[in-house]
Amino acid sequence: MKIHEYQGKELLRKFGVPVPRGIFCPTVDDAVQAAEALGGKVWVVKAQIHAGGRGKGGGVKVAKSLDEVRQYAGQILGMQLVTHQTGPEGQKVRRLLIEEGADIRKEYYVAALTDRATQKVVMMASSEGGMDIEEVAHKTPEKIIKVFVDPLVGLTDAQAGELAAGIGIPADSQAQAVAVFKSLYACYMETDASLAEINPLILEGNGNIKALDAKFNFDANALFRHPDIVAFRDIDEEDPNEIEASKYDLSYISLDGNIGCLVNGAGLAMATMDTIKLFGGEPANFLDVGGGATTEKVTAAFKIMLGNSNVKGILVNIFGGIMKCDTIANGVIAAARETKLTVPLVVRMKGTNEDIGKQLLKDSGLPIIAADTMAEAATKIVAAVQ
Amino acid sequence: MSILINKNTKVITQGITGKTGQFHTEKCQEYANGKNCFVAGVNPKKAGEKVFDIPIYASVKDAAADTGATVSVIYVPPAGAADAIWEAVEADLDLVVCITEGIPVRDMLMVRNKMKQKVAAGGKETRLLGPNCPGLITPEEIKIGIMPGHIHRKGRIGVVSRSGTLTYEAVAQLTEIGLGQSSAVGIGGDPINGLKHIDIMRLFNDDPDTDAVIMIGEIGGPDEAEAAAWCKANMKKPVVGFIAGVTAPAGKRMGHAGALISGGADTAEAKLAIMEECGFTITRNPSEMGRLLKSLL
Repeated sequence: MKIHEYQGKELLRKFGVPVPRGIFCPTVDDAVQAAEALGGKVWVVKAQIHAGGRGKGGGVKVAKSLDEVRQYAGQILGMQLVTHQTGPEGQKVRRLLIEEGADIRKEYYVAALTDRATQKVVMMASSEGGMDIEEVAHKTPEKIIKVFVDPLVGLTDAQAGELAAGIGIPADSQAQAVAVFKSLYACYMETDASLAEINPLILEGNGNIKALDAKFNFDANALFRHPDIVAFRDIDEEDPNEIEASKYDLSYISLDGNIGCLVNGAGLAMATMDTIKLFGGEPANFLDVGGGATTEKVTAAFKIMLGNSNVKGILVNIFGGIMKCDTIANGVIAAARETKLTVPLVVRMKGTNEDIGKQLLKDSGLPIIAADTMAEAATKIVAAVQ
Repeated sequence: MSILINKNTKVITQGITGKTGQFHTEKCQEYANGKNCFVAGVNPKKAGEKVFDIPIYASVKDAAADTGATVSVIYVPPAGAADAIWEAVEADLDLVVCITEGIPVRDMLMVRNKMKQKVAAGGKETRLLGPNCPGLITPEEIKIGIMPGHIHRKGRIGVVSRSGTLTYEAVAQLTEIGLGQSSAVGIGGDPINGLKHIDIMRLFNDDPDTDAVIMIGEIGGPDEAEAAAWCKANMKKPVVGFIAGVTAPAGKRMGHAGALISGGADTAEAKLAIMEECGFTITRNPSEMGRLLKSLL
C-alpha cells in the first residue's frame, strides 16, 4: 500500500527524521492560508499523488509571493498530472502540500528495502540525489553505496557512518546523517514498510540534514497490525476495479489487451496471459480467483472483467485441486447468465471432477467454447475475438 | 528414492485443529501411506485430545519426542505462522513445510535470520519449505500439503515451482503422457522463503531415482538465475524451464527500488535467456512442458 508524501513525512517526523514545516491543503484558499501561517518568503506548492516524477510533470512549483502560491495552487489542484509512473492518462491532483522553502546546498538519496537474495534489509544511498535512481544505477552504479543490515542486530553506527562518508556528506554533518539513517531504518522496520525512500535528502546551507521528499510502500500482509497506516489509505489513487476485486478477495490487475482471463493461482494466471500473447492475442487483465471460488466470486470477477469496455472475449482457465471443476462450472454458468454475457467465452478445466464440470457447461445451453489445453484455449479465444 | 520425504516420513501438523489444517490433514492421511505418516498434531490448549485419531501435543518438542517425527507442516494463520516455524526449528526437526499464505515479510526476515544464526552457532539446521506454498509430494508414498494427490504418478521426473496450480499443470501433463514423478516440490511465492530453486535442483541432481527435471519460475527476484548458473556447472540431468510472467506489467508488484536491487535480471525474458544460456531447454508455451521433457529422455 502506498501513501502520500505529506503522510510519509508525518511518519518520518515521528521517527526523528527532520523534515520541512508543511501543511496539507485540499483547496486553493487553504494553500494561501497555509503559506501565511508558515511565514517566510518562499514556499513550495507540491501536488500529492502516489506516483513519482511529479516535479518534471509540473506538479511541484516554488512560489515567491502569496499571489504565486494562489496561482500555482490553482494550476496544480485538479490537473491531470502525467509522470513516467502514471501512464499517459495521468492522475488527477486532489491534494496539495504547502511547505516552507529550503536552502539546498546539496541533494542526496537514501532508501531502505528488503533484499530477497541475502534476506537482509539493504540501506542504499547515493550522492546523486533528486535524480531518478534507476538512471543512476544504470549509468553510474559506483555512485550507489549499499549496506546489508542483519535485522537481528539493526543498522549499526559503523554501517550508517559508512553510508554517510560513502556519499560524501561533509564531516560536520555526518553525525546528523547517521542519526537520520538510523531513524529511517527504525521507521522502515517498525511500520512494516517494503520501501522507504528519501529523494532528495538535502544538506542545507547551515549544514543541517533534512528529508525533502518521502516515498513509502507497505507490506499488505502486515497492515493488520498498523491501523494508523491503513488510515492513510487514499482510494482515489487506486484503480476502482482493483478495489472492487479486493472486496471479493480476488487479485486483479488491469492490462491493455482485449481478452479477459479468469484463472486460479497467480503463476497459472500469468502463464495463461503469456499463452494468450504467444498465440497472437493480448490479455486485458490478470485475475487470480484464489482457492475458494464461489459462484458469488466468479460472478463478481465476470462483472469486473466486463466493466472494461475493451474486453471482447473471456478465457477461463481452472486447475481443479481442492477446488472442484464442477463447483467452478456452476459458478461460470451462473455468472454468464447473470451478466447476460454477449462476448465469446472459452473455458478450459483440468483436475478434480473435470468430467462433471465439462458436462455441466455442455448441458447449460450457453455458447461456451470448451478447450483441453491452455494452448488450445488461447488459440480459440484469439480466433473468437478477431 | 525421492527427495526430502518418503513413505517412512513421520509428520507433525501445526495448526491441525483449525478448519484448513483439519481439511488437508484428512486428505493427506487418505493419500498413499498417509495413515502411518501423519502421527501428531500441536495445539497447547488441546493437548491430550485427538483429531482423526491423531494425538495432539502441547508443543512440537513434545510431539517429536513422543513420536519420532522429523517433519512438520504448518497451517497456522499468518500472524502466528513465523512463531510456529521457529518452534519447529527449536525442536530440531529436519524439515518444516509452511503452507500459510500472507505472513508479514518482516516476520519471515526475522525467523530466517534466527535460523541462520542458530546454524552459525553450531545448532542443527532445519530446512524450511515455503511459506505460501502447496507443499511437496512423493507420489504413491506421501503427500504433505494441499496439492490434489490423484493427478500424480510414481516415476522418475522431478518438478519444482514457485506456483501451486502451475506445478499441478506440469505434473498433469507428465502423468498424461505416461511420465511419473519422483517428487514434486512447491517452494512458494513469497519473497523471503526457505528452500529455493537451487536447493531443490541440488537434491534432484543427487537423487538416483530422478532422471530429469521441470523447473518453473516467475518474474521477480534472482532465484531462478542463481539456480540456472549452478546447473550450468553441476547438473547432470536434462532440465526443462518455464518462466511465467512475460506479459506481466513491470513495477506493478514491487517498487522501482526493488527492481533495482535485482539488477534488471528479474523479468521473465531475462530469466528465460539466462536459463537457456545455462543449458536448460526452455519453452514459452506452458502447455508444452511435459512433451518437451519427454523429447529429452
